[in-house]
Amino acid sequence: MASKLRIRVNGLVHSVSASLDTPLLYVLHNELHLHGPRFGCGLAQCGACSVLLDGKEIRSCVTPVAAVSGKKITTLEGLPALWAKERGTTAASPALHPLQQAWIDVQVPHCGYCQNGMIIQAADLLTTTKHPTDTQIKTALNGHLCRCGTYPRILTAIKQAASAMAKGGA
Amino acid sequence: MTGFLHERDFSRKSFLKGGGALVVGFSVAGAALAGRASGAADPHPFTSFGPADSSLIDSWLVINADNTASVKLGKVELGQGSMTGLLVVAAEELSMDMSQMRAITNDTDLTPNQGTTAGSSSISSGGKQTRAAAAAAYQALLGLASTQLGVPASSLSVDKGVVSGGGKQVTYGQLLGGKLFNVKMGAQYNLAPSQPPAPSVAQGVASTGSGSSQGLAAAEVLPTPPFVPSPGQGLSPGAPGTKPVSAYKLVGVEPGPPRVDIPDKITGRYTYVQNVRVPGMLHGRIVRPRGQGAYGDGTNPQVLSVNANSISHIPGARVVQRKNFIGVVAPKEYDAIQAAATLKVKWADMPELPSSGNLWAQMRKQDSAGQVRAAKMVDIGNVDAALASAAHVVQQTYTYHYNGHLPIGPSCSVADVTSEGARVFSNSQNIYSTRSAIAAVLGLPLQKVRVTYYEGSSVFGNAPYDDAAESAAIMSQLVGKPVRVQFMRWDEHGWDNYGPAQMSDVRGGVDAKGNIVGTDMTMFGIPWYTTKPPEAMIGYAQQFAANANLDSTNNGTQYNLKSRRVIGKHLPVQNNYFKTIWLRAPAAPPTTFAYEQLIDELAYAAKMDPVQFRMQNIATQASDEANGITALTWDRWKGVLTKAAELSSWKPAVAASNLGKGNVVTGRGVALGAFAGTPVANVAVIQVNKKTGKITPLHFYSAQDTGLTVYPEGVRNQAVGSLVQGASRALTEEVTFNKRQVTGLDWVSYPILRFKDSPEITFEYIQRKDIPAASTGVVQPNGTTRPASSVEASGLLVSGSGEPPSTCIGAAIANALFDATGVRMRSAPLTPARVRAAFKAAKII
Repeated sequence: MASKLRIRVNGLVHSVSASLDTPLLYVLHNELHLHGPRFGCGLAQCGACSVLLDGKEIRSCVTPVAAVSGKKITTLEGLPALWAKERGTTAASPALHPLQQAWIDVQVPHCGYCQNGMIIQAADLLTTTKHPTDTQIKTALNGHLCRCGTYPRILTAIKQAASAMAKGGA
Repeated sequence: MTGFLHERDFSRKSFLKGGGALVVGFSVAGAALAGRASGAADPHPFTSFGPADSSLIDSWLVINADNTASVKLGKVELGQGSMTGLLVVAAEELSMDMSQMRAITNDTDLTPNQGTTAGSSSISSGGKQTRAAAAAAYQALLGLASTQLGVPASSLSVDKGVVSGGGKQVTYGQLLGGKLFNVKMGAQYNLAPSQPPAPSVAQGVASTGSGSSQGLAAAEVLPTPPFVPSPGQGLSPGAPGTKPVSAYKLVGVEPGPPRVDIPDKITGRYTYVQNVRVPGMLHGRIVRPRGQGAYGDGTNPQVLSVNANSISHIPGARVVQRKNFIGVVAPKEYDAIQAAATLKVKWADMPELPSSGNLWAQMRKQDSAGQVRAAKMVDIGNVDAALASAAHVVQQTYTYHYNGHLPIGPSCSVADVTSEGARVFSNSQNIYSTRSAIAAVLGLPLQKVRVTYYEGSSVFGNAPYDDAAESAAIMSQLVGKPVRVQFMRWDEHGWDNYGPAQMSDVRGGVDAKGNIVGTDMTMFGIPWYTTKPPEAMIGYAQQFAANANLDSTNNGTQYNLKSRRVIGKHLPVQNNYFKTIWLRAPAAPPTTFAYEQLIDELAYAAKMDPVQFRMQNIATQASDEANGITALTWDRWKGVLTKAAELSSWKPAVAASNLGKGNVVTGRGVALGAFAGTPVANVAVIQVNKKTGKITPLHFYSAQDTGLTVYPEGVRNQAVGSLVQGASRALTEEVTFNKRQVTGLDWVSYPILRFKDSPEITFEYIQRKDIPAASTGVVQPNGTTRPASSVEASGLLVSGSGEPPSTCIGAAIANALFDATGVRMRSAPLTPARVRAAFKAAKII
């Protein structure tokens, strides 16, 4: 049976109607119309659905919506505002998180469907590891699958973003 | 009907604001054009009248009042950057800037029929058509400017869509903005629509009825789709009537503009087909056995009973059934998923797969029993006599398993079947053929179906996008509401149209001087499927093709062979093998996996370095002529091999001449391959753990000759992905199955390459501005170029890009493994278990 729930996504509280066991992904996609997290497997195997839950990457395809109550969810769409907050700026949110800017600069995506999870996982990594080595990046992202074969450019983009973020750049 | 909205209508403003170049919905007709531009409702959302007459400029592009141009795309963006590449081509001919270019994406009511987006042809073939139309538009605009400014066209120049001459200026937008060209292009633009073919007598396929176990009426044959005209081939770069190549500012210029689709893809603004939403839409899921059986009875499982009560507890969920096609719909997506998982359906057992357990033994058995048709594909010289004279002969069998397409985002479609017609949103690689297929299954005339393209996820060939579209349409027709169908992961893995498995027998001989005297290759191929599962499930008879798609390029055209034979063996697909179709560089990876290892085996027998051996035997003018090749291929093979050796700092040494003693050892291998007219040389450097059998690619070096490389950044990015994906297929990918059905249903049971195993990549293309597009049949006796006049007459060759690097990376890895360990792997994929078993058999562990 559907229940009325309140969830906090990208800084806003939303009222949604869903059964408690509904995976968060379907609520984000169908109720809030957020298209960053995407359905890939429903099995927590590929990472296309990743979001940040209190700053840590989770798989929204297997996380019941009831489990996120009282916690902060950040999706791909919310990364620029999150970056502004991390930098402590009060100015308007930048258009892009440094990771997103690096993804454009390096021209990473092909189809782009999996890139949500790659960027979300990288955002998680860079909050704890400011200057990751290649091995740290590869290990952190090993649970994210790309069918187009973009891994080499993702590696380059994360290092570029880490460098930009260390300088405090947008 | 009004109020029909889909996601991109909602977000159109953000697309424009976001700096992307996506604009949708402009119609060709003048009034409708103005209406759509101002955001008015779509004039006829459920019908489509394309393709428009391809000899009219208006069928290809629109000049907008704001001095921008909108190009109508008949090739779809699949993440390969072809949308950007085609805009580059149009901008070049129009002398406009990339910031002025917009795309009108594929729609059977709006855009030309440029055929299937496949075969690495979007820029090489699709670009020729876009180029010709843009060149014609340029001439028409010059004519208008000449009249308006009172200056002869020959005295006008254009920069960024501003025409200048005689001290005066006018923009394209001022000349034509929002209005039609109303210009029919002359024959020199080569875009006239094709004519219907004469009716043919022979169909070339056998048809058998199935589905009688339920007492169904005899299966009908799916109606033959009506003829849909396609345009002529257009013009090559620099061909008469187009801009001179020497004046290019965008085409072939490094690095090329950034892709227009990327910003929205990494911010969540992009609308994938999975994001399309229609008011009142229900969520649908297909209900079928988890994992298909053999193409035939195993792709049309018989329904014995359906217990609709088993989902009565799920809110709003209901069963939809048409013969053997079963689905569920529900207002909430998660309810539909649960209903599909819960619904009790009894299926008749799928027939046993004769090949269960040993695919390759089954092929041999059928061959011995005379059930396999053999056809000679190439026969030059006298192979048997040549091999009899050889100093060393190598004879081996190589096998390559079924691979899947397997996009990360499962197939998805939204269909709305109404009394007015049907609207279908699909990520089809060919919206016009999808329209025909939908019309057939719904029993509607062609024009009562409109198919609108939205990009899906990474298809790399004929993934089951049409299954999703047909399923959504069937369900929508049954429930009278719009239905969104998305595959579950097991659907995508278990019901894919796989890349065919292939077994290859190869023989080759080398003389005492290291010259290859001849090669002989026999390939066992599985004919592609033709009838999609939903079509069979609703009662149409399945068709079974007799001919497999086999490769006759990558088994000898690379080399200077006086004797060469290629034989295709066409297996009986019905109820024996899985349904298969084109998957990235179809047939090439299995073929090079066998043939380029054979070449390495010959080099080893001749005690020669693998690169030097290939260079000594590389294709020549004479071998090209013997193969009937009139383009300048032999020179290109030499070029890419030289470049790849240079990139990898290759030092000559016989393979496996310096075997490491430790548990973890490294090796290097080289291989040549071609696809879509483009030759590639790959060098792979790998590391292998002898105890675990695990291969880790360290660095790939790749060189490609695409003729004129139009959009360098697009080509480079595709090469990276193509190499990584090719490595994935060679190292990890294999469709597993039991006695009745596919069992590899997710990323654990059918794994792909992961981040940790991804190598560094060094890729370069060779920019060629000397290869004519049209073969004259005359290769210059001693040079590497043809007379300038042949380029002037036909323009420059642009060959395919995207697939070529993946053709031969598996073979390069296998050759590297031999170099590292002295052990040759003749069966792909090179999984740790298989490699370790080979090490044990060779007693190196």
